[in-house]
Amino acid sequence: MSVETTQTSSTALEPAIPETGKGDLLRRLVMTLGPILAALVIAGCILLAVGVDPLAYYGFVIERGLLSPLGVQQTLTRMAPLLFLAAGLIVAFRAGMWNLGGDGQFLLGAVSAAAAGPFLVQFLPTWLALVCAFLLATAVAMLWSLLPALLRAYQGVNEIITTLMMTFLGTSLANVLVKLAFLDPSTTVPQTRTLPVEDRLPRLFDTTISSGLLLGLVAIIAVHLVMTRTAFGLKLQVVGANPRAAVHSGLGVPTLTIAVFAISAGLAGLAGAVDILGVQGNVRADWNPAYGMAVIPMVFLARMNGFAAIGFVFLLSILSIGGESAARRLGVPHHFTLVLVSIVLITLAIAEYIDHHFIKTRRV
Amino acid sequence: MTSSSLSAANGKPDIVTLERVTKRFPGIVANNSVDLSIRAGEVHVLLGENGAGKSTLIGMLSGLQQPSEGRILVDGVPTAIASPRHALALGIGTVFQHMMLVPTLTVAENLLVGGPWWQRPKAEELEARVAEISRTLGIGVNLHAKVSELSLGEQQQVEILRALLRNSRLLILDESTSMLTPKGIDDLGALMRRLVEQGLAIVFITHKLKEAAGFGDRISVLKLGRKVGEITPERLRALSEDEIIAQIVELMFGKKESDPEEQARVARAFSAETTPLLQVRDLAVPATATAPGLASISFDIRPGELLGIAGIDGNGQKQLAEALAGQLETSGGSVRLAGENLDGLGVGSRREKGLRYLTDDRLGEGTVGTFPVSINFFLKQIGTSPFWRKGVEQRQEIDRRAGELVREYDVRTPSIKTPIGRLSGGNIQKILIARELAEGVKAVIFNKPTYGLDLANTLATRQRVRDVAASGMAVLLISTDLEELLSMCDRIAVMSGGALVGTVENSGDARTKVGRLMIGLAA
Repeated sequence: MSVETTQTSSTALEPAIPETGKGDLLRRLVMTLGPILAALVIAGCILLAVGVDPLAYYGFVIERGLLSPLGVQQTLTRMAPLLFLAAGLIVAFRAGMWNLGGDGQFLLGAVSAAAAGPFLVQFLPTWLALVCAFLLATAVAMLWSLLPALLRAYQGVNEIITTLMMTFLGTSLANVLVKLAFLDPSTTVPQTRTLPVEDRLPRLFDTTISSGLLLGLVAIIAVHLVMTRTAFGLKLQVVGANPRAAVHSGLGVPTLTIAVFAISAGLAGLAGAVDILGVQGNVRADWNPAYGMAVIPMVFLARMNGFAAIGFVFLLSILSIGGESAARRLGVPHHFTLVLVSIVLITLAIAEYIDHHFIKTRRV
Repeated sequence: MTSSSLSAANGKPDIVTLERVTKRFPGIVANNSVDLSIRAGEVHVLLGENGAGKSTLIGMLSGLQQPSEGRILVDGVPTAIASPRHALALGIGTVFQHMMLVPTLTVAENLLVGGPWWQRPKAEELEARVAEISRTLGIGVNLHAKVSELSLGEQQQVEILRALLRNSRLLILDESTSMLTPKGIDDLGALMRRLVEQGLAIVFITHKLKEAAGFGDRISVLKLGRKVGEITPERLRALSEDEIIAQIVELMFGKKESDPEEQARVARAFSAETTPLLQVRDLAVPATATAPGLASISFDIRPGELLGIAGIDGNGQKQLAEALAGQLETSGGSVRLAGENLDGLGVGSRREKGLRYLTDDRLGEGTVGTFPVSINFFLKQIGTSPFWRKGVEQRQEIDRRAGELVREYDVRTPSIKTPIGRLSGGNIQKILIARELAEGVKAVIFNKPTYGLDLANTLATRQRVRDVAASGMAVLLISTDLEELLSMCDRIAVMSGGALVGTVENSGDARTKVGRLMIGLAA
């Protein structure tokens, strides 16, 4: 985590104070695009090594993820949960807390929504049932983060460990709930009851894009503005950048810590709910898309900037939708998407290091 | 009063000689043209307050740092001690202030660390050598005990043993007694005596005068990076312990002939009836494993009065400041500001009531280094009007006020958007002072406000502190620089071991009285 920690601290306030200047912008563009190209080449070599034509793979990913009308609609729909997760991670990471329990919080939120949605639509207006399902998912995910939050706030226990442990427990608990408590008796497949398509989140215009996309965009932009423009956001950033300065300045660090975990986990829970109520309709047993882990690199690439994160989430979405199709067609495992993302992250880190080193030697 | 020691007189050869050694750090001269001769068969005591330059001197001898000027002679040959490994090869072994043993390993394992990695550790050989050394020195060390189970004194013996196993001829003991019991200190003294009788040279660093007088063959006194005097073995033998101590006090706290920082202080009279602005009664803080506690601290500061806290660093000054500011939980006592009880209030409320704390840890807790200057001005006011309205940042208001403060306090910064961590210490200090003096101030605690600043900034900061007092505030000035306190304060209280051991009116012979209180003698 150390590389990433330094990134946080050195760029914590960057969006608030953009350094203008064309040369700087150009440099930054090169520093971002160069490593991505390098990563594509390296990943291409790996594909070659396993006997797949990299150009065919990339072409297929772009074709199915971005260019085909159905593909781009799927891509935009997929963005909704990813945006909520990214928003939650931005809050936590900017406050210097490494909530790596996103997947557990996501799944528990998803299961809560899947349990509440079909049940509530029976006797509530659809919109109210959906709102209640969203709220329940948020509350359950928040509750799940309470233990790591309290341990971190009052005992200083490292939250990386605790949230990761809680994510294993949360994943299993979600499974248990699906198989035992909320099992749909009318099917043989172990899954929860399915929310009828007409009761799900409305689709946008005449497309298949779920309106969850709009909710996700609102969430991440709101988080970005809160973090950069409000006193609350600044307090969280002080805690993240220098906890001792936070104590010295009289901030209530334990309370803020618990608030950060609650917001971060709540957004992860919302991500689960938006995926269920907008797209999936139910939770199947052993379903774990592991979006949380995939979004973490995107948030780092975006340097915890909400607007940049939207772009990177879009990219991840293309890769993930296109990658799934390519997996079926070319026989490349769909986890290769994650391989590609991690290679990008590594090349970016190396570029950052070289750039930093270069600046230092130039100054001397 | 200084006898030059460059010549290797009366038979004992110099193992190491320092010639006009100077060490500069950015903004600070840690050692200024220091001459020192370290001879076989002598315990050479280096005496000085914190910041006198003892640690830097040791750093250069043990190869951690290189002198900026001057040279170090080993056996009469100019030698650049390039690294700790090189120092060990030259026979210079150092036992640092903080233990450098691995607590989870046994004594034997600790002693074997550092051997060639391709060889099996030679445990039998070690045991034989340890047995021999232990016999001649009369120290008993259990090689198979875990280091974490040993007392601090025993750990220190292991460190000394380690230095001896590497054939050290010169043993440097850095503040070795600071964590020992009185019995442990006596044992260490006896051990040092036996070591020098075997022909070793020892450099013993301390700020305790009794130990210096009791164990030393030769005493050198450092002050603000300069060597201000040396007491030779002949003189030491001729004087009684009390006379030695009196002479050291004179060297350590005596007045310099011409002090550029000296300012005539106008004594001010405060009538006894004036109601104190800041009243502290029986303040207590429990001690922790790493920090001393506070016991029954009581004092009053009247409006416009400047009370100084003197004392050797680490005697509870920081704890006192933090307890007053609300950062440290107290176990008893009360603090009243302008008649209002502050007990139980947190940092933020105390600040709002007008009690301000200028921390000595500017980068560690005073600022957020990556945040711009403008935000750092208001770090303690986040969320307050007019800089935030309904929780929303008013950037124009912040920038406008920050610009004003930059001009008012003469902060040299490229822009108010510059990350504060890039500024010099003096400019960061100006920002922190501006922050603490924001409206509503009634009493200010200045913790080592000039520490590490250059002369111009030191003088500017002192003037700022005087101005605060002159405007009718209560000022508590914590400092380890006695000159500073003498030139500024109305009264000086001396802190030792977490308690105030005495308060002196700053007039006439205050220097001597404070100096004697600081080293544990009655005023």
